[in-house]
Amino acid sequence: MPTSPSSPTSNNNTDSNNADYDVTVLGAGPAGLAAAVAAGTAGARVALLDAGNRVGGQYWRHRDEDTGAGHHHWSTLRRLRSAVLTGPVDFRPGHAVWHVSRADHGFTVHITDGREIRTTTLIVATGGYDRQLPFPGWTLPGVFTAGGAQALLKGQGVSVGRRIVVAGTGPFLLPVAAGLAEAGARVIGVFEAGSPDGFARHPGAVLTNLDKLAEGAGYLRTLLRHRIPYRTRSTVIAAHGVDRVHTATVARLDADWRVLPGSESQLDCDAVAVGYGFTPQLEIPLQLGCATRLDADGSLVAVADDQQRGSVPGVYLAGEVCGVGGAPLALVEGELAGRHAAYRTVAAVPDRRAVGRLLRRRSALRSFAAAMHASYPVRPGWLSWLDGETELCRCEEVSVDTVRRSVVDLGATDPRTVKLLARPGMGLCQGRVCGYATACLVAHLRGRPTTEQDLLGISTRPIAAPITLGTLAEG
Amino acid sequence: MSYRFSFADKEIAAEAGQTVGAALIAAGYRSWRTTRHNGAPRGIFCGIGVCFDCLVTVNGRANQRACLTEVRSGDRVEPQEGAGRADLAQ
Repeated sequence: MPTSPSSPTSNNNTDSNNADYDVTVLGAGPAGLAAAVAAGTAGARVALLDAGNRVGGQYWRHRDEDTGAGHHHWSTLRRLRSAVLTGPVDFRPGHAVWHVSRADHGFTVHITDGREIRTTTLIVATGGYDRQLPFPGWTLPGVFTAGGAQALLKGQGVSVGRRIVVAGTGPFLLPVAAGLAEAGARVIGVFEAGSPDGFARHPGAVLTNLDKLAEGAGYLRTLLRHRIPYRTRSTVIAAHGVDRVHTATVARLDADWRVLPGSESQLDCDAVAVGYGFTPQLEIPLQLGCATRLDADGSLVAVADDQQRGSVPGVYLAGEVCGVGGAPLALVEGELAGRHAAYRTVAAVPDRRAVGRLLRRRSALRSFAAAMHASYPVRPGWLSWLDGETELCRCEEVSVDTVRRSVVDLGATDPRTVKLLARPGMGLCQGRVCGYATACLVAHLRGRPTTEQDLLGISTRPIAAPITLGTLAEG
Repeated sequence: MSYRFSFADKEIAAEAGQTVGAALIAAGYRSWRTTRHNGAPRGIFCGIGVCFDCLVTVNGRANQRACLTEVRSGDRVEPQEGAGRADLAQ
């Protein structure tokens, strides 16, 4: 441990003497921004890397001239952005990381263009993306992820269609539908597969997070104003069209998400936006060997302690990678991670009052996230929406029947073996889109619940972003 | 400020900072790629660079993600068939 008092550039002693930075933050969304600012303020030399060209991540996706209309907590982004761009943080846009290796100085971060960044500690704040459940027709153009529809609207000013069906599960469907309606699209309906009455069973989490509920109520008012129906225990079970979607089949579901016979109806539409919660982006923690667990929402997440430390020394985790919980929680976890990474590397005096306050806030926000996960679970009946021809893996065009044969005829017992035999998850997206569904389908075919090992087997990726063979040869 | 680029020999307008994918969606396109095995049409799905469904050829470079590639004036964008390397077979 360094023993001298800190200053931003004085940390050239002991084991960190070969590092370019004390702290390197991966991802410039809410968690990464908060982490970088906290670490920089505490006196660490900080690099903040993002694959994109701007700070903000998916949550604050924007263009340069954006004034914040339609964004939540925009003033927080402005404060953090100005702290990053004018303060002690080295923001490095356009840096897609394909690998992180351990080294004597800490870690070496490998960028897709061949550059390397040497750092004493690492904060992984790589966020997440929409979790998808396949259904017949989900590969048709015009079917979008809910997050994709939101990114095109908020980040690009483009609506995915004129007559849009929004479906899936979780509170995120509400801002997506409200945003599209406010932008002038006709949202035919919001079809929520779950029956989110669960909040009534979590009064503590509700009372401490009233602002989040108020946000939800605002979206519901927008839906009401635009006369958009919000249907629970219903979802899109099929999309139809030749070279683009023109109809969606919507059906009522039972408590396990099996289709209630005779409840199907056809809706004319030119776009469908679907999402079933979020999947944390875990490539880097998995490459480094960080311990994982299965979270309440069924996602594989990395384990973080009260200082946001992962199980590998020097690795800190913040935001969705340690459990999907939304931007307010990501900001708190980011600040905790940034402070502790700086305390460790530059021997700054910890601010115990601030840390205590952050931990209390984290606890309240995590209870809210847990209540949310308990209210919007993915139920196994979704597997009954599939037919044999449904493409499970979009990249390699692997059908449900092909996966079934590799389990039933060839005897595969786990998703990783199925991946090797039938190629789901072998394409360009590396199983990011089909991984969860493949794990669920294989476990179901084996007559058992989906396990952490199932998800691990299809989530481990030695290369986290596409690189050229030349870069790989030099790396 | 408005940019212009060509897509399959048609001229498309884009706003500053807009991606190729967003500009194509705004112009009414929904697909600009066919898959390697089934020749099925694909366009944007995830919109954030995760799924690789929206691949397109930009200024001769195949396999660019349309949802991430920001338009520059004068870009030549081509639809992509299969692996996008038809040039290698010529």
